[in-house]
Amino acid sequence: MIITNLETVPGRRIARHFGLVQGNTIRAKHVGRDIMAGLKNIFGGELRGYTELLAEARQEATDRMVAQAEALGANAILNVRFSTSSVTQGAAELYAYGTAVTLE
Amino acid sequence: MSWIEIAVFLVLLALGYFFGRYAERSHYRSILWREQESLGFPLLTLRTPPSSLARCDASLVAGNVVVSVDYFKRFLAALRALVGGRLKSYESLLDRARREAVLRMKEQAMDRGAVVVMGVRIETASISKGKGQAIGSIEVLAYGTAIVPSRG
Repeated sequence: MIITNLETVPGRRIARHFGLVQGNTIRAKHVGRDIMAGLKNIFGGELRGYTELLAEARQEATDRMVAQAEALGANAILNVRFSTSSVTQGAAELYAYGTAVTLE
Repeated sequence: MSWIEIAVFLVLLALGYFFGRYAERSHYRSILWREQESLGFPLLTLRTPPSSLARCDASLVAGNVVVSVDYFKRFLAALRALVGGRLKSYESLLDRARREAVLRMKEQAMDRGAVVVMGVRIETASISKGKGQAIGSIEVLAYGTAIVPSRG
């Protein structure tokens, strides 16, 4: 599965379009990480726990998108976009979407 | 407000100021160093790869970072909100976060043996606004497509 945020893959032609595929996940932060983050809130700096949490969550959203594309029989997802929104206090939604295609 | 509350506030302010400033300085040093190291590696926001890259593989690369505002900066921001104007302390925070995210993406691309990253996008999201007791943190995500020359 080729995943790219470009509209084409260099040197490959698009044989078939399958339309939009998407994946999302909503993650809440857990208390242990929040305590560390509370300290960082005084000192400033990177919240490493959150960085990892969000990277994992984004990976999960991507995996769901890929699963959808595989179910359609696609071999690539083009023009992938990510978006993040905070739904309620302490939780974030991570969303990935793109166009599933078959490349020659 | 009792004397103890004022004392706690001042201690937090001082902690935020000294540790925040130290963290920012060392972070900037690390950013500048790593930017120097990877100076020759091109990042493009263009979306169509040049035709010379016909025999290449494409894969998604991304870098993210969550940063938090320190107590002192939050206090400055609250003061600044009274009169309006430029908020320098937050500008440097976001600048740092963005450069860090871009560097992480770049390092991932270099590890994969890419020659260029195309279609770079940078996205900023505030995970929580930091009202009341909540933690004010900002996430920056940089992503793009690494173009790796195919072997054989």
